[in-house]
Amino acid sequence: MSWFKRSKHNIAPDNQKKDTPEGLWSKCDSCQEIITKAALEQNLWVCPKCGFHFRISSKEYFDILFDAGTCREFDKKITSKDPLGFVDTKRYRDRIKDSIKKTGLHDAIRCGTGKMNGHAVVIACMDFTFIGGSMGAVVGEKISRAAERAYKTKKPLVIISSSGGARMMEAAYSLMQMAKTSAHLARLAEAKIPYISIMTDPTTGGVTASFAMLGDVNIGEPGALIGFAGPRVIKQTIGKNLPDGFQKAEFVQEKGFLDLVVPRKEMKDTVSKLIGMMSA
Amino acid sequence: MPRVVLEFEKPIFDLEQKIEEMRSLSDNLDIGDELVTLEKKVQQLRESIYANLTRWQKVQLARHPERPYTLDYIQMMLTDFIELHGDRTFGDDRAIVGGFGKLDGEPVMVIGHQKGRDTKSNLFRNFGMPQPEGYRKALRLMKLAVKFNRPIITLVDTPGAYPGIGAEERGQAEAIARNLFEMSRLPVPIIVVIIGEGASGGALGIGVGDRILMLENTWYSVIAPESCSSILWRSWEFKEQAAEALRLTAPDLLEQKIIDRIVPEPLGGAHRNPTEIGVTLQKILIEELAALQKIKPDRLVDKRLAKFSAMGVWSE
Ligand SMILES: [Zn+2]
Repeated sequence: MSWFKRSKHNIAPDNQKKDTPEGLWSKCDSCQEIITKAALEQNLWVCPKCGFHFRISSKEYFDILFDAGTCREFDKKITSKDPLGFVDTKRYRDRIKDSIKKTGLHDAIRCGTGKMNGHAVVIACMDFTFIGGSMGAVVGEKISRAAERAYKTKKPLVIISSSGGARMMEAAYSLMQMAKTSAHLARLAEAKIPYISIMTDPTTGGVTASFAMLGDVNIGEPGALIGFAGPRVIKQTIGKNLPDGFQKAEFVQEKGFLDLVVPRKEMKDTVSKLIGMMSA
Repeated sequence: MPRVVLEFEKPIFDLEQKIEEMRSLSDNLDIGDELVTLEKKVQQLRESIYANLTRWQKVQLARHPERPYTLDYIQMMLTDFIELHGDRTFGDDRAIVGGFGKLDGEPVMVIGHQKGRDTKSNLFRNFGMPQPEGYRKALRLMKLAVKFNRPIITLVDTPGAYPGIGAEERGQAEAIARNLFEMSRLPVPIIVVIIGEGASGGALGIGVGDRILMLENTWYSVIAPESCSSILWRSWEFKEQAAEALRLTAPDLLEQKIIDRIVPEPLGGAHRNPTEIGVTLQKILIEELAALQKIKPDRLVDKRLAKFSAMGVWSE
Protein backbone atom coordinates (compact mmCIF):
# COMPACT_ATOMS: atom_id res chain seq x y z
CA MET A 1 0.00 0.00 0.00
CA SER A 2 0.65 3.61 0.33
CA TRP A 3 3.51 3.59 2.76
CA PHE A 4 5.90 2.72 0.00
CA LYS A 5 5.66 6.25 -1.28
CA ARG A 6 8.44 7.08 1.05
CA SER A 7 10.72 4.47 -0.32
CA LYS A 8 11.12 6.47 -3.51
CA HIS A 9 13.94 8.15 -1.69
CA ASN A 10 15.22 4.89 -0.42
CA ILE A 11 15.66 3.44 -3.84
CA ALA A 12 17.86 6.33 -4.80
CA PRO A 13 20.25 6.10 -1.90
CA ASP A 14 22.03 9.28 -2.96
CA ASN A 15 19.33 11.26 -1.19
CA GLN A 16 20.56 9.94 2.10
CA LYS A 17 24.10 11.16 1.58
CA LYS A 18 23.48 14.52 3.09
CA ASP A 19 22.93 12.83 6.44
CA THR A 20 26.43 11.45 6.50
CA PRO A 21 28.49 13.55 4.15
CA GLU A 22 32.04 12.64 3.38
CA GLY A 23 34.60 14.88 4.97
CA LEU A 24 34.92 16.48 8.34
CA TRP A 25 31.79 18.58 8.58
CA SER A 26 28.09 17.86 8.67
CA LYS A 27 25.16 20.20 8.33
CA CYS A 28 22.16 19.69 10.59
CA ASP A 29 19.02 18.99 8.54
CA SER A 30 16.92 20.80 11.06
CA CYS A 31 18.78 23.97 12.15
CA GLN A 32 21.41 24.06 9.37
CA GLU A 33 24.19 24.31 11.94
CA ILE A 34 27.59 23.17 10.69
CA ILE A 35 29.08 20.65 13.08
CA THR A 36 32.33 18.73 13.00
CA LYS A 37 31.85 15.04 12.49
CA ALA A 38 33.89 14.30 15.57
CA ALA A 39 31.59 16.45 17.74
CA LEU A 40 28.56 14.84 16.16
CA GLU A 41 29.85 11.35 16.73
CA GLN A 42 30.61 12.15 20.33
CA ASN A 43 27.06 13.40 20.71
CA LEU A 44 25.69 10.11 19.24
CA TRP A 45 24.74 11.84 15.97
CA VAL A 46 22.39 14.26 17.68
CA CYS A 47 22.74 17.93 16.80
CA PRO A 48 24.27 19.65 19.83
CA LYS A 49 22.45 22.85 18.97
CA CYS A 50 18.83 21.76 18.28
CA GLY A 51 18.68 18.11 19.32
CA PHE A 52 17.87 16.81 15.83
CA HIS A 53 18.50 13.06 15.63
CA PHE A 54 20.48 12.14 12.50
CA ARG A 55 19.67 8.78 10.92
CA ILE A 56 22.29 6.26 11.87
CA SER A 57 23.14 2.73 10.84
CA SER A 58 22.72 -0.48 12.79
CA LYS A 59 26.45 -0.55 13.40
CA GLU A 60 26.29 2.78 15.22
CA TYR A 61 23.20 1.76 17.16
CA PHE A 62 24.86 -1.45 18.27
CA ASP A 63 27.81 0.59 19.55
CA ILE A 64 25.42 2.80 21.48
CA LEU A 65 23.45 -0.01 23.13
CA PHE A 66 25.82 -2.91 23.68
CA ASP A 67 28.47 -2.84 26.39
CA ALA A 68 31.84 -2.51 24.64
CA GLY A 69 33.19 -5.78 23.32
CA THR A 70 30.18 -7.93 24.30
CA CYS A 71 28.28 -8.05 21.01
CA ARG A 72 28.26 -11.21 18.94
CA GLU A 73 26.42 -10.89 15.66
CA PHE A 74 24.43 -13.78 14.25
CA ASP A 75 22.70 -14.68 10.96
CA LYS A 76 24.96 -12.28 9.07
CA LYS A 77 24.81 -13.99 5.71
CA ILE A 78 21.11 -14.50 5.09
CA THR A 79 20.39 -13.04 1.65
CA SER A 80 17.29 -12.54 -0.46
CA LYS A 81 16.94 -14.92 -3.39
CA ASP A 82 14.65 -12.66 -5.42
CA PRO A 83 12.08 -15.46 -5.60
CA LEU A 84 9.83 -13.65 -8.07
CA GLY A 85 12.56 -12.47 -10.42
CA PHE A 86 11.15 -8.99 -9.86
CA VAL A 87 11.96 -6.33 -12.41
CA ASP A 88 10.66 -2.78 -12.50
CA THR A 89 12.84 -0.02 -13.89
CA LYS A 90 15.72 -2.00 -12.43
CA ARG A 91 16.24 -5.64 -11.55
CA TYR A 92 15.62 -6.38 -7.88
CA ARG A 93 18.61 -8.70 -8.03
CA ASP A 94 20.80 -5.72 -8.93
CA ARG A 95 19.27 -3.56 -6.22
CA ILE A 96 20.23 -6.22 -3.69
CA LYS A 97 23.73 -6.55 -5.09
CA ASP A 98 24.27 -2.78 -5.08
CA SER A 99 22.93 -2.45 -1.55
CA ILE A 100 25.18 -5.22 -0.26
CA LYS A 101 28.13 -3.48 -1.85
CA LYS A 102 27.14 -0.10 -0.50
CA THR A 103 26.28 -1.11 3.07
CA GLY A 104 28.36 -4.20 3.70
CA LEU A 105 25.17 -5.80 5.01
CA HIS A 106 23.26 -8.63 3.37
CA ASP A 107 19.90 -7.06 4.08
CA ALA A 108 18.25 -4.23 5.99
CA ILE A 109 18.91 -5.62 9.47
CA ARG A 110 21.68 -6.59 11.87
CA CYS A 111 21.17 -9.01 14.77
CA GLY A 112 23.37 -9.60 17.76
CA THR A 113 23.48 -10.82 21.29
CA GLY A 114 25.50 -9.34 24.13
CA LYS A 115 25.26 -7.25 27.27
CA MET A 116 23.52 -3.97 27.91
CA ASN A 117 24.57 -2.39 31.19
CA GLY A 118 25.22 -5.94 32.28
CA HIS A 119 21.88 -7.39 31.13
CA ALA A 120 22.12 -10.20 28.58
CA VAL A 121 19.98 -9.15 25.59
CA VAL A 122 19.19 -9.96 21.97
CA ILE A 123 19.11 -6.89 19.73
CA ALA A 124 17.92 -6.53 16.14
CA CYS A 125 18.47 -3.21 14.41
CA MET A 126 17.21 -2.18 10.98
CA ASP A 127 19.22 -0.26 8.42
CA PHE A 128 17.39 2.39 6.44
CA THR A 129 20.18 2.64 3.86
CA PHE A 130 19.47 -0.91 2.62
CA ILE A 131 16.55 -0.44 0.17
CA GLY A 132 14.83 1.96 2.53
CA GLY A 133 14.92 -0.44 5.44
CA SER A 134 12.19 -2.39 3.70
CA MET A 135 11.07 -5.74 5.08
CA GLY A 136 11.34 -8.73 2.79
CA ALA A 137 11.80 -12.39 3.68
CA VAL A 138 15.30 -11.81 5.08
CA VAL A 139 14.27 -9.10 7.53
CA GLY A 140 11.26 -11.23 8.50
CA GLU A 141 13.37 -14.32 9.01
CA LYS A 142 16.05 -12.50 10.99
CA ILE A 143 13.52 -10.81 13.28
CA SER A 144 11.82 -14.18 13.78
CA ARG A 145 15.11 -15.88 14.58
CA ALA A 146 16.06 -13.10 16.97
CA ALA A 147 12.71 -13.58 18.73
CA GLU A 148 13.26 -17.33 18.74
CA ARG A 149 16.72 -16.90 20.23
CA ALA A 150 15.29 -14.62 22.92
CA TYR A 151 12.61 -17.23 23.57
CA LYS A 152 15.01 -20.15 23.82
CA THR A 153 17.69 -18.36 25.85
CA LYS A 154 15.14 -16.36 27.90
CA LYS A 155 16.85 -13.10 27.08
CA PRO A 156 14.96 -9.84 26.61
CA LEU A 157 14.57 -8.69 23.03
CA VAL A 158 15.16 -5.17 21.73
CA ILE A 159 14.29 -4.21 18.15
CA ILE A 160 15.24 -0.85 16.64
CA SER A 161 13.12 -0.06 13.60
CA SER A 162 13.83 2.22 10.70
CA SER A 163 11.82 1.37 7.65
CA GLY A 164 9.67 2.54 4.78
CA GLY A 165 7.57 -0.61 5.16
CA ALA A 166 7.30 -3.94 3.42
CA ARG A 167 9.48 -4.65 0.38
CA MET A 168 7.39 -4.48 -2.77
CA MET A 169 9.80 -6.55 -4.82
CA GLU A 170 8.97 -9.56 -2.70
CA ALA A 171 5.24 -8.98 -3.06
CA ALA A 172 3.11 -11.41 -1.01
CA TYR A 173 6.20 -12.91 0.61
CA SER A 174 7.02 -9.55 2.16
CA LEU A 175 3.44 -9.06 3.34
CA MET A 176 3.55 -12.40 5.13
CA GLN A 177 6.60 -11.30 7.13
CA MET A 178 4.26 -9.06 9.10
CA ALA A 179 2.33 -12.12 10.28
CA LYS A 180 5.46 -14.20 10.74
CA THR A 181 7.30 -11.71 12.95
CA SER A 182 4.15 -10.92 14.96
CA ALA A 183 3.53 -14.63 15.56
CA HIS A 184 7.04 -15.08 16.94
CA LEU A 185 6.58 -12.09 19.22
CA ALA A 186 3.28 -13.50 20.45
CA ARG A 187 5.00 -16.71 21.54
CA LEU A 188 7.75 -14.67 23.21
CA ALA A 189 5.08 -12.69 25.07
CA GLU A 190 3.42 -15.89 26.29
CA ALA A 191 6.77 -16.92 27.76
CA LYS A 192 6.82 -13.56 29.59
CA ILE A 193 10.09 -12.45 28.08
CA PRO A 194 10.31 -8.67 27.69
CA TYR A 195 10.35 -7.10 24.26
CA ILE A 196 11.19 -3.44 23.85
CA SER A 197 10.53 -1.72 20.55
CA ILE A 198 12.46 1.41 19.58
CA MET A 199 11.16 3.36 16.60
CA THR A 200 13.52 5.71 14.82
CA ASP A 201 13.01 8.00 11.83
CA PRO A 202 11.16 6.79 9.82
CA THR A 203 9.11 3.80 10.92
CA THR A 204 6.14 3.33 8.62
CA GLY A 205 3.97 0.82 6.82
CA GLY A 206 4.22 -2.90 7.34
CA VAL A 207 6.96 -2.60 9.93
CA THR A 208 4.90 -0.27 12.14
CA ALA A 209 1.85 -2.45 11.51
CA SER A 210 3.65 -5.52 12.81
CA PHE A 211 6.61 -5.93 15.16
CA ALA A 212 7.37 -2.24 15.80
CA MET A 213 4.02 -1.55 17.53
CA LEU A 214 4.08 -4.75 19.58
CA GLY A 215 6.57 -3.88 22.30
CA ASP A 216 5.82 -4.43 25.96
CA VAL A 217 7.22 -0.93 25.93
CA ASN A 218 7.15 1.16 22.75
CA ILE A 219 9.76 3.91 22.54
CA GLY A 220 10.25 6.59 19.91
CA GLU A 221 13.26 8.75 19.19
CA PRO A 222 12.46 12.48 19.34
CA GLY A 223 11.01 13.80 16.10
CA ALA A 224 10.88 10.40 14.41
CA LEU A 225 8.16 9.89 11.79
CA ILE A 226 6.06 6.95 12.96
CA GLY A 227 2.88 5.87 11.19
CA PHE A 228 1.02 3.43 9.04
CA ALA A 229 0.41 5.35 5.83
CA GLY A 230 3.00 7.87 4.68
CA PRO A 231 2.07 11.56 5.02
CA ARG A 232 2.02 12.08 1.27
CA VAL A 233 -0.52 9.32 0.74
CA ILE A 234 -2.75 10.61 3.50
CA LYS A 235 -2.58 14.11 2.07
CA GLN A 236 -3.46 12.75 -1.37
CA THR A 237 -6.38 10.74 0.02
CA ILE A 238 -8.02 13.43 2.10
CA GLY A 239 -7.01 16.41 -0.05
CA LYS A 240 -6.08 18.50 2.97
CA ASN A 241 -2.90 19.61 4.66
CA LEU A 242 -1.77 17.61 7.64
CA PRO A 243 -1.64 19.16 11.12
CA ASP A 244 1.73 20.30 12.48
CA GLY A 245 3.73 17.54 14.05
CA PHE A 246 1.43 14.88 12.59
CA GLN A 247 2.95 11.38 12.91
CA LYS A 248 5.97 12.63 14.84
CA ALA A 249 6.99 10.55 17.85
CA GLU A 250 5.65 13.20 20.24
CA PHE A 251 2.28 13.15 18.44
CA VAL A 252 2.16 9.36 18.45
CA GLN A 253 2.87 9.38 22.19
CA GLU A 254 0.12 11.93 22.78
CA LYS A 255 -2.30 9.63 20.91
CA GLY A 256 -1.37 6.76 23.20
CA PHE A 257 0.79 4.49 21.08
CA LEU A 258 4.23 5.20 22.48
CA ASP A 259 5.11 4.76 26.13
CA LEU A 260 8.07 7.05 25.88
CA VAL A 261 9.97 9.43 23.67
CA VAL A 262 13.60 9.01 24.65
CA PRO A 263 16.61 11.00 23.38
CA ARG A 264 19.33 8.77 21.97
CA LYS A 265 21.76 9.68 24.74
CA GLU A 266 19.38 8.29 27.39
CA MET A 267 18.29 5.27 25.37
CA LYS A 268 20.68 2.69 26.75
CA ASP A 269 20.05 3.59 30.38
CA THR A 270 16.28 3.80 29.94
CA VAL A 271 16.04 0.48 28.11
CA SER A 272 18.28 -1.37 30.54
CA LYS A 273 16.38 0.04 33.54
CA LEU A 274 13.12 -1.17 32.01
CA ILE A 275 14.60 -4.58 31.37
CA GLY A 276 15.70 -4.68 34.98
CA MET A 277 12.11 -3.99 36.06
CA MET A 278 10.61 -6.63 33.83
CA SER A 279 12.96 -9.59 33.94
CA ALA A 280 14.51 -11.68 36.65
CA MET B 1 -26.01 -10.68 -18.03
CA PRO B 2 -23.85 -8.40 -15.89
CA ARG B 3 -24.37 -4.68 -16.23
CA VAL B 4 -20.67 -4.03 -16.06
CA VAL B 5 -18.68 -5.60 -18.87
CA LEU B 6 -14.91 -5.48 -18.74
CA GLU B 7 -12.96 -4.60 -21.86
CA PHE B 8 -11.66 -8.12 -22.46
CA GLU B 9 -15.12 -9.64 -21.99
CA LYS B 10 -16.70 -7.60 -24.80
CA PRO B 11 -16.42 -10.25 -27.54
CA ILE B 12 -18.31 -12.68 -25.30
CA PHE B 13 -21.10 -10.28 -24.50
CA ASP B 14 -21.47 -9.12 -28.08
CA LEU B 15 -22.03 -12.70 -29.09
CA GLU B 16 -24.34 -13.41 -26.16
CA GLN B 17 -26.38 -10.39 -27.12
CA LYS B 18 -26.61 -11.59 -30.70
CA ILE B 19 -27.83 -14.99 -29.56
CA GLU B 20 -30.45 -13.42 -27.36
CA GLU B 21 -31.69 -11.22 -30.17
CA MET B 22 -31.90 -14.20 -32.50
CA ARG B 23 -33.75 -16.15 -29.90
CA SER B 24 -36.36 -13.47 -29.47
CA LEU B 25 -36.94 -13.45 -33.22
CA SER B 26 -36.71 -17.17 -33.73
CA ASP B 27 -40.24 -18.20 -32.71
CA ASN B 28 -41.37 -18.99 -36.21
CA LEU B 29 -38.02 -19.19 -38.00
CA ASP B 30 -36.00 -22.30 -38.38
CA ILE B 31 -32.64 -21.15 -37.04
CA GLY B 32 -32.17 -23.80 -34.38
CA ASP B 33 -28.99 -25.16 -35.94
CA GLU B 34 -27.46 -21.74 -36.24
CA LEU B 35 -28.26 -21.04 -32.60
CA VAL B 36 -26.60 -24.24 -31.48
CA THR B 37 -23.49 -23.34 -33.46
CA LEU B 38 -23.41 -19.87 -31.93
CA GLU B 39 -23.95 -21.24 -28.44
CA LYS B 40 -21.02 -23.55 -28.96
CA LYS B 41 -18.96 -20.70 -30.27
CA VAL B 42 -19.69 -18.43 -27.33
CA GLN B 43 -18.87 -21.21 -24.91
CA GLN B 44 -15.52 -21.78 -26.62
CA LEU B 45 -14.88 -18.06 -26.54
CA ARG B 46 -15.63 -17.93 -22.79
CA GLU B 47 -13.39 -20.87 -22.11
CA SER B 48 -10.48 -19.49 -24.09
CA ILE B 49 -10.78 -15.94 -22.73
CA TYR B 50 -11.20 -16.84 -19.07
CA ALA B 51 -8.54 -19.52 -19.19
CA ASN B 52 -5.97 -17.04 -20.47
CA LEU B 53 -6.52 -13.98 -18.34
CA THR B 54 -3.55 -11.79 -17.62
CA ARG B 55 -2.86 -10.94 -14.01
CA TRP B 56 -4.20 -7.43 -14.49
CA GLN B 57 -7.42 -8.83 -15.99
CA LYS B 58 -7.83 -11.02 -12.91
CA VAL B 59 -7.38 -7.95 -10.72
CA GLN B 60 -10.23 -6.36 -12.66
CA LEU B 61 -12.41 -9.43 -12.18
CA ALA B 62 -11.59 -9.42 -8.46
CA ARG B 63 -12.90 -5.86 -8.35
CA HIS B 64 -15.99 -6.50 -10.45
CA PRO B 65 -18.74 -4.41 -8.85
CA GLU B 66 -21.26 -7.25 -9.13
CA ARG B 67 -19.19 -9.84 -7.29
CA PRO B 68 -20.69 -11.26 -4.11
CA TYR B 69 -19.39 -9.51 -0.99
CA THR B 70 -19.09 -10.73 2.59
CA LEU B 71 -22.74 -10.23 3.53
CA ASP B 72 -23.80 -12.02 0.34
CA TYR B 73 -21.68 -15.04 1.23
CA ILE B 74 -23.01 -14.97 4.77
CA GLN B 75 -26.55 -14.98 3.43
CA MET B 76 -25.79 -17.81 1.03
CA MET B 77 -23.76 -20.03 3.35
CA LEU B 78 -24.99 -19.46 6.90
CA THR B 79 -28.24 -19.68 8.76
CA ASP B 80 -29.33 -17.63 11.77
CA PHE B 81 -26.62 -15.00 11.25
CA ILE B 82 -26.65 -12.25 13.84
CA GLU B 83 -24.41 -9.28 13.11
CA LEU B 84 -22.57 -7.87 16.12
CA HIS B 85 -21.36 -4.29 16.16
CA GLY B 86 -18.66 -2.08 17.62
CA ASP B 87 -15.20 -2.29 19.15
CA ARG B 88 -16.35 -1.22 22.66
CA THR B 89 -13.80 1.59 22.55
CA PHE B 90 -14.54 4.04 19.80
CA GLY B 91 -17.26 3.02 17.38
CA ASP B 92 -18.60 0.65 14.78
CA ASP B 93 -16.67 0.41 11.54
CA ARG B 94 -18.98 -0.54 8.68
CA ALA B 95 -16.08 -1.61 6.46
CA ILE B 96 -15.78 -4.76 8.58
CA VAL B 97 -18.79 -6.86 9.52
CA GLY B 98 -18.98 -9.88 11.77
CA GLY B 99 -21.16 -12.03 13.91
CA PHE B 100 -22.29 -15.51 14.87
CA GLY B 101 -24.06 -17.75 12.42
CA LYS B 102 -24.49 -21.43 11.70
CA LEU B 103 -22.56 -23.29 9.06
CA ASP B 104 -24.10 -26.69 8.42
CA GLY B 105 -25.87 -26.32 11.77
CA GLU B 106 -22.69 -25.53 13.72
CA PRO B 107 -22.15 -22.08 15.28
CA VAL B 108 -19.20 -20.17 13.81
CA MET B 109 -17.88 -16.62 14.00
CA VAL B 110 -17.68 -14.96 10.59
CA ILE B 111 -15.84 -11.70 10.02
CA GLY B 112 -15.22 -9.96 6.72
CA HIS B 113 -14.51 -6.73 4.90
CA GLN B 114 -17.64 -5.23 3.39
CA LYS B 115 -17.74 -3.10 0.25
CA GLY B 116 -20.72 -1.16 -1.07
CA ARG B 117 -22.49 -1.54 -4.42
CA ASP B 118 -23.24 2.08 -5.28
CA THR B 119 -22.01 5.51 -4.26
CA LYS B 120 -24.25 5.69 -1.22
CA SER B 121 -23.45 2.26 0.13
CA ASN B 122 -19.79 2.67 -0.72
CA LEU B 123 -19.62 5.84 1.33
CA PHE B 124 -21.39 3.98 4.14
CA ARG B 125 -18.87 1.14 3.89
CA ASN B 126 -15.91 3.46 3.21
CA PHE B 127 -15.23 1.39 0.06
CA GLY B 128 -14.31 -1.56 2.26
CA MET B 129 -11.35 0.32 3.77
CA PRO B 130 -11.32 -0.24 7.53
CA GLN B 131 -10.32 2.15 10.28
CA PRO B 132 -8.59 0.93 13.46
CA GLU B 133 -11.95 0.33 15.16
CA GLY B 134 -12.78 -2.16 12.42
CA TYR B 135 -9.74 -4.28 13.26
CA ARG B 136 -10.49 -3.91 16.96
CA LYS B 137 -14.08 -5.00 16.43
CA ALA B 138 -12.79 -8.00 14.50
CA LEU B 139 -10.44 -8.90 17.36
CA ARG B 140 -13.19 -8.48 19.93
CA LEU B 141 -15.40 -10.87 17.98
CA MET B 142 -12.57 -13.36 17.55
CA LYS B 143 -11.98 -13.39 21.28
CA LEU B 144 -15.69 -13.90 21.77
CA ALA B 145 -15.44 -16.93 19.51
CA VAL B 146 -12.53 -18.27 21.55
CA LYS B 147 -14.46 -17.77 24.78
CA PHE B 148 -17.21 -20.05 23.55
CA ASN B 149 -14.91 -22.31 21.56
CA ARG B 150 -16.29 -21.50 18.12
CA PRO B 151 -14.23 -21.60 14.93
CA ILE B 152 -13.53 -18.40 13.03
CA ILE B 153 -13.99 -17.77 9.32
CA THR B 154 -12.73 -14.52 7.83
CA LEU B 155 -13.59 -13.21 4.37
CA VAL B 156 -11.04 -10.79 2.92
CA ASP B 157 -12.02 -8.15 0.37
CA THR B 158 -10.41 -4.74 0.74
CA PRO B 159 -8.49 -2.21 -1.34
CA GLY B 160 -6.52 -1.48 1.85
CA ALA B 161 -6.74 -0.08 5.35
CA TYR B 162 -7.90 3.55 5.22
CA PRO B 163 -5.07 6.10 5.14
CA GLY B 164 -6.57 9.08 6.98
CA ILE B 165 -5.78 11.43 9.83
CA GLY B 166 -8.23 9.83 12.24
CA ALA B 167 -7.03 6.36 11.33
CA GLU B 168 -3.46 7.35 12.19
CA GLU B 169 -4.52 9.12 15.39
CA ARG B 170 -6.38 6.04 16.57
CA GLY B 171 -3.47 3.74 15.73
CA GLN B 172 -4.12 2.00 12.42
CA ALA B 173 -0.69 0.36 12.61
CA GLU B 174 -1.16 -0.82 16.20
CA ALA B 175 -4.61 -2.20 15.45
CA ILE B 176 -3.36 -4.29 12.53
CA ALA B 177 -0.23 -5.39 14.40
CA ARG B 178 -2.30 -6.42 17.42
CA ASN B 179 -4.55 -8.58 15.25
CA LEU B 180 -1.58 -10.37 13.66
CA PHE B 181 -0.14 -10.96 17.13
CA GLU B 182 -3.39 -12.21 18.67
CA MET B 183 -4.65 -14.20 15.70
CA SER B 184 -1.43 -16.20 15.62
CA ARG B 185 -2.27 -17.68 19.05
CA LEU B 186 -6.07 -18.06 19.14
CA PRO B 187 -6.82 -21.65 20.19
CA VAL B 188 -9.67 -22.22 17.74
CA PRO B 189 -9.56 -23.07 14.03
CA ILE B 190 -9.29 -20.05 11.73
CA ILE B 191 -10.04 -20.26 8.02
CA VAL B 192 -9.26 -17.24 5.84
CA VAL B 193 -10.83 -16.80 2.41
CA ILE B 194 -9.78 -14.12 -0.06
CA ILE B 195 -13.08 -13.41 -1.83
CA GLY B 196 -12.04 -10.32 -3.82
CA GLU B 197 -9.15 -7.99 -3.16
CA GLY B 198 -6.45 -8.80 -0.65
CA ALA B 199 -4.58 -5.52 -0.45
CA SER B 200 -1.71 -5.46 1.95
CA GLY B 201 -1.81 -5.00 5.72
CA GLY B 202 -5.47 -4.01 5.50
CA ALA B 203 -6.24 -7.53 4.27
CA LEU B 204 -3.76 -9.38 6.46
CA GLY B 205 -5.24 -7.63 9.52
CA ILE B 206 -7.96 -10.29 9.50
CA GLY B 207 -5.92 -12.79 7.48
CA VAL B 208 -3.89 -14.94 9.87
CA GLY B 209 -5.21 -18.48 10.04
CA ASP B 210 -4.73 -22.22 9.76
CA ARG B 211 -6.00 -22.53 6.21
CA ILE B 212 -5.76 -19.72 3.67
CA LEU B 213 -8.01 -20.07 0.63
CA MET B 214 -8.35 -17.86 -2.42
CA LEU B 215 -11.23 -17.68 -4.83
CA GLU B 216 -10.02 -18.30 -8.35
CA ASN B 217 -10.31 -14.72 -9.63
CA THR B 218 -8.91 -12.76 -6.71
CA TRP B 219 -5.62 -11.11 -5.87
CA TYR B 220 -3.55 -10.86 -2.73
CA SER B 221 -0.34 -8.89 -2.35
CA VAL B 222 1.62 -6.30 -0.47
CA ILE B 223 0.39 -3.47 -2.68
CA ALA B 224 -2.14 -2.80 -5.43
CA PRO B 225 -0.67 -2.85 -8.95
CA GLU B 226 -1.52 0.82 -9.57
CA SER B 227 0.26 2.01 -6.42
CA CYS B 228 3.19 -0.26 -7.16
CA SER B 229 3.39 1.24 -10.64
CA SER B 230 3.29 4.78 -9.29
CA ILE B 231 6.12 4.12 -6.87
CA LEU B 232 8.48 1.87 -8.79
CA TRP B 233 7.80 3.14 -12.31
CA ARG B 234 6.88 6.63 -11.10
CA SER B 235 3.78 6.62 -13.25
CA TRP B 236 0.28 5.16 -12.98
CA GLU B 237 0.66 3.70 -16.48
CA PHE B 238 2.51 0.50 -15.64
CA LYS B 239 -0.21 -1.29 -13.70
CA GLU B 240 -0.23 -4.27 -16.09
CA GLN B 241 3.52 -4.79 -15.68
CA ALA B 242 3.24 -4.25 -11.94
CA ALA B 243 0.49 -6.89 -11.71
CA GLU B 244 2.70 -9.33 -13.61
CA ALA B 245 5.76 -8.55 -11.50
CA LEU B 246 3.85 -8.91 -8.22
CA ARG B 247 2.61 -12.41 -9.14
CA LEU B 248 -0.54 -11.81 -7.16
CA THR B 249 -3.11 -14.30 -8.46
CA ALA B 250 -4.44 -17.40 -6.72
CA PRO B 251 -2.26 -19.85 -8.72
CA ASP B 252 0.78 -17.61 -8.04
CA LEU B 253 0.18 -17.65 -4.30
CA LEU B 254 -0.43 -21.38 -4.27
CA GLU B 255 2.91 -21.85 -5.99
CA GLN B 256 4.56 -19.52 -3.45
CA LYS B 257 3.07 -21.71 -0.69
CA ILE B 258 1.34 -18.72 0.84
CA ILE B 259 -2.15 -20.08 0.34
CA ASP B 260 -3.39 -23.65 0.73
CA ARG B 261 -6.19 -23.97 -1.76
CA ILE B 262 -7.96 -22.33 -4.68
CA VAL B 263 -11.75 -22.20 -4.69
CA PRO B 264 -12.99 -22.60 -8.29
CA GLU B 265 -15.37 -19.91 -9.54
CA PRO B 266 -18.08 -20.23 -12.17
CA LEU B 267 -16.82 -19.53 -15.68
CA GLY B 268 -16.54 -15.76 -16.06
CA GLY B 269 -16.30 -15.09 -12.33
CA ALA B 270 -18.21 -15.44 -9.07
CA HIS B 271 -20.75 -12.79 -10.10
CA ARG B 272 -21.89 -14.82 -13.15
CA ASN B 273 -23.41 -17.38 -10.81
CA PRO B 274 -23.42 -16.30 -7.15
CA THR B 275 -25.49 -19.30 -6.06
CA GLU B 276 -22.93 -21.67 -7.51
CA ILE B 277 -19.95 -20.01 -5.77
CA GLY B 278 -21.95 -19.84 -2.54
CA VAL B 279 -22.59 -23.58 -2.64
CA THR B 280 -18.98 -24.38 -3.63
CA LEU B 281 -17.48 -22.27 -0.85
CA GLN B 282 -19.91 -23.56 1.75
CA LYS B 283 -19.03 -27.15 0.90
CA ILE B 284 -15.30 -26.44 1.05
CA LEU B 285 -15.57 -24.58 4.37
CA ILE B 286 -17.47 -27.47 5.96
CA GLU B 287 -14.82 -29.89 4.74
CA GLU B 288 -11.86 -27.74 5.84
CA LEU B 289 -13.39 -27.04 9.23
CA ALA B 290 -14.01 -30.72 9.89
CA ALA B 291 -10.33 -31.43 9.27
CA LEU B 292 -9.16 -28.57 11.53
CA GLN B 293 -11.48 -29.51 14.36
CA LYS B 294 -9.64 -32.80 14.73
CA ILE B 295 -6.47 -30.95 15.74
CA LYS B 296 -5.91 -30.14 19.41
CA PRO B 297 -5.75 -26.38 20.19
CA ASP B 298 -2.07 -26.43 21.29
CA ARG B 299 -1.04 -28.25 18.18
CA LEU B 300 -3.16 -25.94 16.04
CA VAL B 301 -1.34 -22.89 17.35
CA ASP B 302 2.10 -24.55 16.92
CA LYS B 303 1.23 -25.46 13.36
CA ARG B 304 0.02 -21.94 12.66
CA LEU B 305 3.34 -20.49 13.80
CA ALA B 306 5.23 -23.05 11.73
CA LYS B 307 3.08 -22.27 8.71
CA PHE B 308 3.89 -18.56 8.73
CA SER B 309 7.50 -19.20 9.74
CA ALA B 310 8.01 -21.12 6.52
CA MET B 311 6.89 -18.22 4.33
CA GLY B 312 9.66 -16.53 2.41
CA VAL B 313 12.68 -17.48 0.35
CA TRP B 314 16.30 -16.75 1.23
CA SER B 315 19.77 -18.22 1.08
CA GLU B 316 22.56 -18.36 3.64
ZN1 LIG C 1 20.39 21.15 14.60
